[in-house]
Amino acid sequence: MVNAGDMNGSGNLMDFLDEPFPDVGTYEDFHTIDWLREKSRDTDRHRKITSKSKESIWEFIKSLLDAWSGWVVMLLIGLLAGTLAGVIDLAVDWMTDLKEGVCLSAFWYSHEQCCWTSNETTFDDRDKCPQWQKWSELLVGQSEGASAYILNYFLYIMWALCFAFLAVSLVRVFAPYACGSGIPEIKTILSGFIIRGYLGKWTLLIKTVTLVLVVSSGLSLGKEGPLVHVACCCGNFFSSLFSKYSKNEGKRREVLSAAAAAGVSVAFGAPIGGVLFSLEEVSYYFPLKTLWRSFFAALVAAFTLRSINPFGNSRLVLFYVEYHTPWYMAELFPFILLGVFGGLWGTLFIRCNIAWCRRRKTTRLGKYPVLEVIVITAITAIIAYPNPYTRRSTSELISELFNDCGALESSQLCDYINDPNMTRPVDDIPDRPAGPGVYSAMWQLALALVFKIVITIFTFGMKIPSGLFIPSMAVGAMAGRMVGIGVEQLAYHHHDWIIFRNWCRPGADCVTPGLYAMVGAAACLGGVTRMTVSLVVIMFELTGGLEYIVPLMAAAVTSKWVADAFGKEGIYEAHIHLNGYPFLDVKDEFTHRTLATDVMRPRRGEAPLSVLTQDSMTVEDVETLIKETDYNGFPVVVSKDSERLIGFAQRRELILAIKNARQRQDGVVSNSIVYFTEDPPELPPNSPHPLKLRRILNLSPFTVTDHTPMETVVDIFRKLGLRQCLVTRSGRLLGIITKKDVLRHMAQMANQDPESIMFN
Amino acid sequence: LFPQAHRMFARSSRNSVSPVLLLVLLGCVLCPPAQASKSSEDIRCKCICPPYRNISGHIYNKNVSQKDCNCLHVVEPMPVPGNDVEAYCLLCECKYEERSTTTIKVIIIIYLSVVGALLLYMAFLVLVDPLIRKPDPYTQPLHNEEDTEDTRSLATVPTLAGARANTVLERVEGAQQRWKRQVQEQRKTVFDRHKMLS
Repeated sequence: MVNAGDMNGSGNLMDFLDEPFPDVGTYEDFHTIDWLREKSRDTDRHRKITSKSKESIWEFIKSLLDAWSGWVVMLLIGLLAGTLAGVIDLAVDWMTDLKEGVCLSAFWYSHEQCCWTSNETTFDDRDKCPQWQKWSELLVGQSEGASAYILNYFLYIMWALCFAFLAVSLVRVFAPYACGSGIPEIKTILSGFIIRGYLGKWTLLIKTVTLVLVVSSGLSLGKEGPLVHVACCCGNFFSSLFSKYSKNEGKRREVLSAAAAAGVSVAFGAPIGGVLFSLEEVSYYFPLKTLWRSFFAALVAAFTLRSINPFGNSRLVLFYVEYHTPWYMAELFPFILLGVFGGLWGTLFIRCNIAWCRRRKTTRLGKYPVLEVIVITAITAIIAYPNPYTRRSTSELISELFNDCGALESSQLCDYINDPNMTRPVDDIPDRPAGPGVYSAMWQLALALVFKIVITIFTFGMKIPSGLFIPSMAVGAMAGRMVGIGVEQLAYHHHDWIIFRNWCRPGADCVTPGLYAMVGAAACLGGVTRMTVSLVVIMFELTGGLEYIVPLMAAAVTSKWVADAFGKEGIYEAHIHLNGYPFLDVKDEFTHRTLATDVMRPRRGEAPLSVLTQDSMTVEDVETLIKETDYNGFPVVVSKDSERLIGFAQRRELILAIKNARQRQDGVVSNSIVYFTEDPPELPPNSPHPLKLRRILNLSPFTVTDHTPMETVVDIFRKLGLRQCLVTRSGRLLGIITKKDVLRHMAQMANQDPESIMFN
Repeated sequence: LFPQAHRMFARSSRNSVSPVLLLVLLGCVLCPPAQASKSSEDIRCKCICPPYRNISGHIYNKNVSQKDCNCLHVVEPMPVPGNDVEAYCLLCECKYEERSTTTIKVIIIIYLSVVGALLLYMAFLVLVDPLIRKPDPYTQPLHNEEDTEDTRSLATVPTLAGARANTVLERVEGAQQRWKRQVQEQRKTVFDRHKMLS
C-alpha cells in the first residue's frame, strides 16, 4: 500500500490528510501484480527478520509476533465477519416483517420476536398475538376484508420501493463498487488484479447497510455472495494493519482467500463448506498454509455468529433441518431427474442473465439504474404479495420447503388427511393422502416457481448488492418439493406397483418430500454455479444429515453434467467474460497447436518493439518513449544492433525513478545518460550527471523461445502468475507476450471476440 | 507491527475514519450484550401438541430451565386424564429456546442510526454541498478518459511537497475532495462507462 513516511519535514498526525505519495513497488489501479516479485520480497523480509532475531530478545519477540500476525489477522477477520453477519441477519429479520406490520410493545421486534411471550398463539395460527398489528389494523382499525387487504398490499409495495430506492441511492452516492454479487470481481482480484477501492471501508459499510435493505425489500436475491465481498473487505481492512500483509500484494491475497471462506461460513453456517468454496470457486492460488488458516477464520466467524444467536435457537442458518428418515435406492431416479432439471435451469438462467446484462451494458437501459431497480422492485412486490409463498422472505420459504411434515405442522403444505386414531410418535408419521390444502399449495408453488425463475434473471446484476444462492435454492426447493409430493402420493395410491412394492409398505413412512426439496436446491445451485464438492459439503452441513450425501451427490453430478453439455462456464465465469476482466482461468484447457511466435507482439507489419538500451539513451529519449507509447514495461537490451536481452523495466517505476531523480539528485537533466549497467560508462568531464537506474531493472525476466508451444506458455502464465513473457531466438529479443495477448488469443481460438478483453 | 497499526490510524483519511469509527462503535456496544444476564423474557420452553382425539392442538409456553423442558412440566393444565398422559406426551414436541432481547434492541438501533446518518450525509452531499461550495476557477477540468495518471504525473511538477495547506480545515477539505473524486471515478467506471460490474 502506501508509505507516507518518506515525506521530508515533520511527520505529524496531520500528514494523513495529504495525498499519499506513490511508492516504488506498488501497483497501478486496474493492473496485474507480479506474483514472483511479491513472493521474493516476502522471502527477503522473512530472511531479514530471521537473521535479526538472533541479535536481541526484543528482535526475537518481534519475529515471533511476525509469525503470529497471520493468526491474529484470521481471528480478527472471523470476529468482524461473524458480527456483521449477525447484524445483517437480525436487521433483515426485522425489516422484512416491517413491510407487513409493526410490533407495538417494542418497535424493534420482528413478528416472531414480538409474539414470543404471548399467550394468544394457537396451534392453527402460530403467529397471532395482539402486540403485533398489521398496517391496516394500525391505520384504519380493520384486519379482515377487502379494504384491509388492499391497504396492506399498497403499504407492502410502498415499503419495498422505499427500501430499494434507499439502497440504490446509497450505492450510487457513496460506494458504486458495492453493487452486484462481488464474487466475479473477487475472483479476478485474487488472481492478481488490482481494483483500488473495491475492498475499501466505504464499500464495506455501504454493502452491509444496503444488503439489509435489498433483502428486506423482497427482491429475488440472496445475501451469500455479498457476504463473501463483505468478508473480503474485512480481510483487506485487517491486513492493512500489519506491514507483512499491507506491503505485499501476494500475501494479502492469502488473507483474502481465508476471508472468503469465513464469508461463506457465516452465510450458510458451514465452515468446511466455506473453506472448500474458497478453494474451488474463489481462490486462484491456494497453498496448504491457507487451508488451515481459512478453516480457523471460518470457525471463529461461525462461533461469533452463534454467540450473537440471531435466530434465537443457537442455529446458524434459518433453514437447518434435523430429520434422519432414510431414503431408498429407487428414489435415485427422481433425484437424477431433479439433477437434470437443475442443469437445464442453470443453463437457461446463465444464458438469459448474460443476455440481459449485456443489454444493460450496451444499450440505453444501462443509463437508468435507479429507475430499473424501482421498476423491478415494483413488479416483484406486485406479483409476490398475493401468493403466500412469495410474500414471505425466500429464506423462510426454503425453510418451510425443507421441513418434513410431522403432526405438528399446520401449514397448508402439510394439510394431509390424518388418521384420527393414529398414535405414532412425531417423526414416524406414515405416508398419508393429500388434503385439499396440499393441492392448492401445489399450484401456488408452481406459480411461484415460474415467477421466481423469470424475475431472478432480471434481478441479478442490477446496481444493488445481489446474490443468487438463495434464489437458486428456492427454485430447486420448490421443484423438488413438488416432485416429492408427487412421488409420495404416487407411492400411497399405487403401493402395489412393482417399483413401490419392495420398499414401501402401506403404513410406512417411505417418501420424505423435504429431502426432495433439499436435493432440488442442491441441483439448481450446482447447475448455476457449477460447484461440486463444496456444494455437497455445504448442503450436508446445512442439514446435518450425513445419510443424504449420496442423493445430494447424485443430483449435483447430474446437474453439472447436463449444464456442462450446453456451456462450460458457470455464472461467475460468464460474468467475468462479460466484463472482460483479465482472468486466466485455471480450469480451461488450451488444446491448440499454436506457437509463441503466432501470439507475440510485434506481429509482422507492426512497428518494431520499443526497447531501452543499456547505456545509450538520454533521459529525454526515455521520457519521449514513455509519453508516446502506453506499454506497461520495456525490455532493456545491450544495444539496438545486438538486441541481446539484459532485463525488463516497468513503466511505473521508470516514471517514478525519473521524477525522483529530477527532484532530488543534482545535475540530472534531460541530456543525462540513463544507464542500466553496474558501473557508469566513461564520460567526458563536462557531460551532465548520469542517471543510474539499475535498481529498478528486473534482471531475470521470463523468456521463451519462439518455437515454444502456446500450451506451455499458457501453463507458465497460469502457474507462475506472469504478466508478460519475452520471446527470444538465438539469444536475440524478438517480441513480447503479455497476459492480455494470451487472453485475446484464447478468445480468438474459442471463436469469441478478442476485443472484449478490456483492462491492461 | 504495532508502529504500523499506529501509522495506519494516522494515515487513513478523514472519510475513512467515519466507517471505521462506526465499526469500532459496533464492536464496543456488542460486547456488553453478549455477557448480559438472561432476563425472564429471554428463555422459554415451547411445547407443541397436535390434535388428539377430540382435543384440538395447542401450544404451551413456560419459563423453565433446560432440564425441566419436557411435556410433563410444561403442559399445564393437562387436557387428558392420567392414564392417557403418556400417549399424549409422546405426540408433543418440546423445545428449549433462548434469545437475547438486548442484542436485538442494540443492533436494530445501531443499524437505524447508521442508516439515518448516511441519509443525512447523502442529503448534505447532494443538496447542500453544491450550493455552499464556491465554484473554484483553478480546479482542474474533468479529465476525459484518455488522460492517464502517468502522463499527468510526468507533466506536472510535484504539487504536494510545495503547496501544502496550512490549516487543519483546509486539509480536511482536501481529504474530502479526494474522496469525492475517488467516488466519482468509481461512479464513472460502474454507472457510466459500464466498464465493471456490468
